[in-house]
Amino acid sequence: MTENSKEVELNKSGSTPEHEYDAGLRVANLDAVADPGLEPHRVRMTDKSVKHEKAAVRQVALLFTLSMLGSAFALWAYFTFPLSEDLSSVRLNTMYLGIGMTLGLMGIGIGAVHWAKTLMPDNEVSEERHLTRGTDEKRAAAIEILAAANQESGFTRRKLIRRTLYGSLALFPLPGIILFADLGPNPGDSLRHTFWKKGTRLAKDPTGIEIKASDVTLGSVFQVIPAGLNPENKEYLEEKAKAAVLLVRVDPSELNETEERKGWSYQGIVAYSKICTHVGCPVALYEQHTHHLLCPCHQSTFDLVNGCKVVFGPAARPLPQLPITVDSEGYLIAQSDFLEPVGPSFWDRSVKS
Amino acid sequence: MSIMKEAPKKNTFLAGTANYVDERVGASGILKEFGRKIFPDHWSFMLGEVAMYSFFVLLLSGTFLTFFYDPSMAMVRYDGVYAPLKDALMSKAYETSLNITFEVRGGLLMRQVHHWSALLFVAAAGLHMLRVFFTGAFRKPRELNWVVGFVLFVLGMAAGFTGYSLPDDLLSGNGLRIIDGMIKGVPFIGTGISSLLFGGEFPGHVVIGRLYALHIMLIPALILVFLAIHLFMLIIHKHTHYSGPGKSDTNIVGYPLMPVYVAKAGGFFFIVFGVIMVISTFFTINPIWNYGGYDPSPVSAGTQPDWYIGWLDGALRLAPTGLEFMIGDYTVSMNILLPLVISLVFLALVAIYPFIENWVTGDKREHHALDRPRNAPTRTAIGAAGVMFYAVLWAGASTDLIATHFKMSLNQVLLAMQISLILLPIAAFYVTKRVCLSLQRKDKEIAIHGRESGRIVRLPHGEYIEVHEPLDPHDLYKLVDYKDYKPTVARPNAQGKITVAARMRASLSKFYFQDRITPATKTEIAEATHHAHEIEAQVQKAIESDK
Repeated sequence: MTENSKEVELNKSGSTPEHEYDAGLRVANLDAVADPGLEPHRVRMTDKSVKHEKAAVRQVALLFTLSMLGSAFALWAYFTFPLSEDLSSVRLNTMYLGIGMTLGLMGIGIGAVHWAKTLMPDNEVSEERHLTRGTDEKRAAAIEILAAANQESGFTRRKLIRRTLYGSLALFPLPGIILFADLGPNPGDSLRHTFWKKGTRLAKDPTGIEIKASDVTLGSVFQVIPAGLNPENKEYLEEKAKAAVLLVRVDPSELNETEERKGWSYQGIVAYSKICTHVGCPVALYEQHTHHLLCPCHQSTFDLVNGCKVVFGPAARPLPQLPITVDSEGYLIAQSDFLEPVGPSFWDRSVKS
Repeated sequence: MSIMKEAPKKNTFLAGTANYVDERVGASGILKEFGRKIFPDHWSFMLGEVAMYSFFVLLLSGTFLTFFYDPSMAMVRYDGVYAPLKDALMSKAYETSLNITFEVRGGLLMRQVHHWSALLFVAAAGLHMLRVFFTGAFRKPRELNWVVGFVLFVLGMAAGFTGYSLPDDLLSGNGLRIIDGMIKGVPFIGTGISSLLFGGEFPGHVVIGRLYALHIMLIPALILVFLAIHLFMLIIHKHTHYSGPGKSDTNIVGYPLMPVYVAKAGGFFFIVFGVIMVISTFFTINPIWNYGGYDPSPVSAGTQPDWYIGWLDGALRLAPTGLEFMIGDYTVSMNILLPLVISLVFLALVAIYPFIENWVTGDKREHHALDRPRNAPTRTAIGAAGVMFYAVLWAGASTDLIATHFKMSLNQVLLAMQISLILLPIAAFYVTKRVCLSLQRKDKEIAIHGRESGRIVRLPHGEYIEVHEPLDPHDLYKLVDYKDYKPTVARPNAQGKITVAARMRASLSKFYFQDRITPATKTEIAEATHHAHEIEAQVQKAIESDK
């Protein structure tokens, strides 16, 4: 007998009982090993010996008692380990409260499972399943109800009613959706401007101390915000999220500046937006010997001496440069705002408004 | 249970209460219907339970936290007991989170219970999904319940992310910053949606309050609704059981709900709660005091999202440089869109998998007996490939930590991840499929020839053989009881045309079932047993003649 001759596609096999479903590509094994039935039940020690049964009862009771002790301990710990200025009190309070509550919970849990496993009957029971679908009588009755409802309401018959109902159901959620339009204003050109203006001094973040060009030694890095931007400003965080700048001084001979940006730096001091052009994390890591700026979120890497071009990572655009110079008192100032939108790309960022 | 079925004879407290309840809510009917419902027993069936119990723990601990937390972004000067942040400017949300930690007894414990149970919730739900996938529990009639479970998993991630943002510390703020950047990258509507979410420019003054509304109201309500549907369908379908002796598609074998399952499942809730409690007691999670409140300028290196968001963050990281391009004046941020699309396609494939497999097999019967993963080699291999794909994305979220810990070049680690994302799932597919087929072959051999006894004998003509012993019929049945499918060819339809769908189905069926090991048959086993008896007779004869 070949293997194939034993295989009959199930859906073609002889008599089909009621609701026998298509078996598709399944192969009937007509020469299958017979099911020997459930494995014999194994008798537990607690079923065989009174001694073991009594021990199990004591164990379950002990676990429940442990739970009571644990809960009581947690109550005691709550009052015994108050919180104070001393931060180690937080540790003690958390630990003792936690130990007590853990015992309170675990005692109940393990006790109940132990009870079920050792003392409750462990005979497996087998029950017939029925098809999920209703019986033919039930389905006939259901169809009758639907037909009657359809007949009485005229749902399929009265097309005008039905179609206008569909229309009204399609439209009624729209006002509900439009209600959400006032969640936020139209962004307008807010993403194209920052707090920087012509003449704004560069200040240290977060102290606000203004920076003189002479303070910036070779190789040093400053986290910079515009002078005058302080927590009292209404939109402090929003402005800071756009205006944050990294200031670095490199040897001017190492700086490869394009012709148009020649005047944007001051004696090797360059200022770049700190907000990553990928998804907006602060580009906070500066590697001195390679002059690379690295974003810790997704590792986009920018080459500071080459116009902050992307040398690695998912970001696509260079960090925008802030044109700077010094004023008469020697303080670093911005020549203007950024000349392009800072931060993550958005659809119409290059569209001139 | 007899006291519930008929009017009580003795006026005990229990009987009285039972009677009271029955006369008002008809409890006896419910109990009669469900009290002895059968539940099959297996450790892998507890994964879903762990997820559900973690969710209950989340509701309890979360409710406690709401009494002390204020989702306001109004700026305040910190005046609490944590000295390093004295006088720091921070949002009310962050301040109250600190107060829960340092000034509410058990507050830190509850915060950690909430965070750990959230991590466990998503983890257990994910493992539960894998169990359902690899055992084929999603087949008819449970396809829709798979989709409901999928929705629950996605809701779990959403609940996690909205909750992660609430303390308004540096980490969570940067998480929101990334979301903002991703939203802005969506063509046409990105900036508008971002403005709606944040009530203007990032970070704005409203987003925490809005996420809070989602986190404590909308998302948990949706989870509860879908959980109810999930369990309702579980009751309708009854639970699956593993195939084996005495277990088939037409019966259910297990223990009755009352008392065994009530004790086991009820006790298990306390065990899950207890495990979460002991972890929360001894292991710090999310030390929000470390980095201070959110400020858009500083960031901490080596930051990691909660584990279940990791794969999405990894997808962002693995995008190669230079994907962004311009169409005229408009920017298309493919470096954001590509990871987004890939993640969504991956999720969509997970959601619709049961329908794909059902279309290929054409098997419209109800399936209640679970497959051993090896007995569905292609499905198991597809699952392994999916797990590998997810795992590489997930590891991708830690490229920087891998590089610093193992002193490797970050660039090389990332390149290795990008290559792995494509190659490892393919490798996982082939290796898994071959392993499954080999295991099936081994099973078949054991079923036919019996198990090795370790007894080596030399036959009179000099041949050495190892004597095999036949299996116990129950053990044998476990090895041969599985469903076998055979690939089909594209057949013409009633009009005599071979449709594209038919061709596709034919080639998919080949992909699935080309390599198949048929279950050992009665005849094969009988022949082998006959052969074994002959050898045994020879052996006996040889022993006799030696004497």
